[in-house]
Amino acid sequence: MTDPQPPGTLSDQLLDRAAPDRTAFEDLVVVPILAVFIALVLGALTMFATNVDLPTIGRSYVALLEGSVGSLSAISETLTAAMPLTLAGLGIALGFRAGLFNIGAEGQVLIGGMAAVIVGFSFDGLPAAIHLPLALLAGAIAGGLYASIAGWLRAATGAHEVISTIMLNLISYRLVDYLLRLDFIQREGRADPISRSVLETAELPRLLTWIDANLRLHAGIFLMLAAVVVIHWLLFRTKLGFEFRASGASPDAARYAGMRAGLIIVLAMGMAGALAGLAGANQGLGVLGRATPGFSAGIGFDAIAVALLGRSHPYGVLLAGLLFGALEAGGRQMQVDAGVSIDLIGIIQALIIVFIAAPLLVRSLFPWAFRKLAKVGRE
Amino acid sequence: MDVELRGITKRFGSVTANRDVDLKVTSGEVLGLLGENGAGKSTLMNVLCGLYSADEGEILIDGKPVAFAGPGEAIAAGIGMVHQHFMLIPVFTVAENVVLGVEPTGRFDHLDLRRAREQVRAINDDYGLEVDPDALVENLPVGIQQRVEIIKVLFRSADVVIFDEPTAVLTPQEVEDFFNIVKGLRDDGKAIVFITHKLNEILEIADRISVLRAGEIVGGGEVGELNAAELAELMVGRPVSFDVKKTPFDPGEVLLEVEDLTVLRDNDDLAVDRIDLTVRRGEIVGIAGVQGNGQSPLIEALTGLRRVAGGTVRFKGRDITHASARDRHKMGFAHIPEDRQRTGLIPAFTIAENMVLDSYYEDRFSAGPNMRWSAVNAAAAQAAADFDVRTKSVFNTVATLSGGNQQKVIVARELSRDTEFLIAAQPTRGLDIGSIEYIHSRIVEAREEGDGVLIVSSELDEIMALSDRILVMFKGRIVAEYDGASAEKGVVGLAMAGAAA
Repeated sequence: MTDPQPPGTLSDQLLDRAAPDRTAFEDLVVVPILAVFIALVLGALTMFATNVDLPTIGRSYVALLEGSVGSLSAISETLTAAMPLTLAGLGIALGFRAGLFNIGAEGQVLIGGMAAVIVGFSFDGLPAAIHLPLALLAGAIAGGLYASIAGWLRAATGAHEVISTIMLNLISYRLVDYLLRLDFIQREGRADPISRSVLETAELPRLLTWIDANLRLHAGIFLMLAAVVVIHWLLFRTKLGFEFRASGASPDAARYAGMRAGLIIVLAMGMAGALAGLAGANQGLGVLGRATPGFSAGIGFDAIAVALLGRSHPYGVLLAGLLFGALEAGGRQMQVDAGVSIDLIGIIQALIIVFIAAPLLVRSLFPWAFRKLAKVGRE
Repeated sequence: MDVELRGITKRFGSVTANRDVDLKVTSGEVLGLLGENGAGKSTLMNVLCGLYSADEGEILIDGKPVAFAGPGEAIAAGIGMVHQHFMLIPVFTVAENVVLGVEPTGRFDHLDLRRAREQVRAINDDYGLEVDPDALVENLPVGIQQRVEIIKVLFRSADVVIFDEPTAVLTPQEVEDFFNIVKGLRDDGKAIVFITHKLNEILEIADRISVLRAGEIVGGGEVGELNAAELAELMVGRPVSFDVKKTPFDPGEVLLEVEDLTVLRDNDDLAVDRIDLTVRRGEIVGIAGVQGNGQSPLIEALTGLRRVAGGTVRFKGRDITHASARDRHKMGFAHIPEDRQRTGLIPAFTIAENMVLDSYYEDRFSAGPNMRWSAVNAAAAQAAADFDVRTKSVFNTVATLSGGNQQKVIVARELSRDTEFLIAAQPTRGLDIGSIEYIHSRIVEAREEGDGVLIVSSELDEIMALSDRILVMFKGRIVAEYDGASAEKGVVGLAMAGAAA
């Protein structure tokens, strides 16, 4: 036992932070990096096993790199693809933190995007300063309300959100199909389900057209960055975030501490849906300019992977979103340059998640990486 | 069969859990292994039953050195362990659980459950265990489940039986039955190791005692040569006082008034049946009772965590029957929940975060939507220092603390603010003597400051030591009331078993 000390100094000592845990650092940084590396190697082996010759494999990975970060246009594409993934991924991460497994981002992206597009092509003559925020807000609210259904079902009846959000996804596909054939939404003179075009005043403006008219990077990037900062603030700096995290870590302890579990579930689901809705609005107003059946294109599901890869931390989600955006942009280039199917990118993404989920496997594959880091960490 | 441990040392990284431990247990004898939580008792026994291998030292069976590569070899050598947390499959029957892993099989791998049942019955009869081999384990009370674990060990023909904190989950009545079973095993020639931190139990059941402190054997002897005070001092390393010092009983105004309170369980069974109860300022009211007689629902109802089905609860004259947990917290309620891991704390959160788990919303710790983390951290550090939470930093997670220190975090959180009424449920369950002493002194301090205190505990000794007034709860009703100073333990114990109902 240590000698008794005056309480003042002891309480000051207790405020010392321990040095960051080496294992935590390895889990957060080293494992994801190695997971990406292994996934790329296995991707190459997959190509090799399907009779792609070595030079083509080499060329395809060069194309992957070039297509993602090799030029201004590539970076623009990477960022454009990263935006909805990051936004929806933040929503999923928020849910994870609150103990909710929200599989419904895909449906929330669709509903949010649909609402944003509807507002976007209505209200002709509104100034952009009002029209664009209004359309974004509509997307966020619609996505949020749609997700709240699952939250409310969970809070009021105990229905598990995994089941209800999957069902809501299915409903959303058909709902969008139905909406797209309504007179006031369907584009005039078209028989196929496609919405009217978003008015220019509601478009997320493209940022780099002064360099090259084909650069698609748009103002959604500010939305993405702001969302990362806001969600970080919400989770770690606010009372509500503390309630979310407490409910996620131990619902019983949170209830005993007087937190209102039902309200927290509905709020967390609502916010997660709002972020997914924003991702949909980002696509509708910034990239597509209209809504078509299935315009969400799997963003809501990729976002689950992004949230997992980002360890449900807002900055982690941003990095993961950028990586997945890069893979998507680079994958398109790979298909063009090397003729390798873009499906390979899906395989690589899936492999990354597999290895992220199995840190012990990564550790056993690369014991030297962790030992070496141990020494660096001690210095 | 005699088993001897010689010079056992076991290290985990830089931590030495056991250092140079010598221990001997012979057949027909109960060895009591006494030690506080974290003294290394479980590690030592895990070495003996093959789960860990020792870094130094050897295990001798009947004088011959043996080495176990795993638990399977230890079982084959006749060493069986009944763990503190039962390892049973709830949806299987007793017989199925017993034969699991060593199933008697017939042709084509046919599972011969009939033979299994007979074997279970035979063990039953030999030791008077009275367990129905066909009962589903999930339907059995905890005491009977423990017997199933004992049958499992005997079924594997163990000659050495290790019990790890066997009475922690038992009611006083079940403890008595359990002791009879242990004596039966001993008289049958089994060697028994009985691990516990409860002094009175070890004095009752053990023939010989060894005391473990900080991984080392610090003393022991035949049971007749030792008394409780000596053992406690050996175990803790300093003299321990069992008496709680209290100022004379001088209650003030009525603080909490409960009338006709009726509370239901989740499945709508009656849990609390029209209870009347008052707690005054400066008074400790203890509710004694065997677990499962409605104490938990009563506490949940009083703290606003469970809906009240009937009756009223008044606090300082105001009706709070349907007030939320948060509202009661604001009125000055402090609540030490019975299950610190599940409901009292969030193990993955830091000490600082846990310190404000129920007061984070107060102006001290937040401004508008924002948390004031610097204020939280400073207050948490102060509380941790004031309440003797042993840790390096308040940024460590609660999961890294020992049970006693975890409980001190809860006590610090609940009592470091201005409180009027304290509800403590099983406040010292599973804690070491040092922590119990400390937490008791804090509870008495709350009383001294004029708080009303309601304690619910299944440890009768704790109720007897602390209470000014003792209520006995049985099947959802208050069946008896005693004056704390003059109550007799035997009488209260009988009331707990339903004699007064």
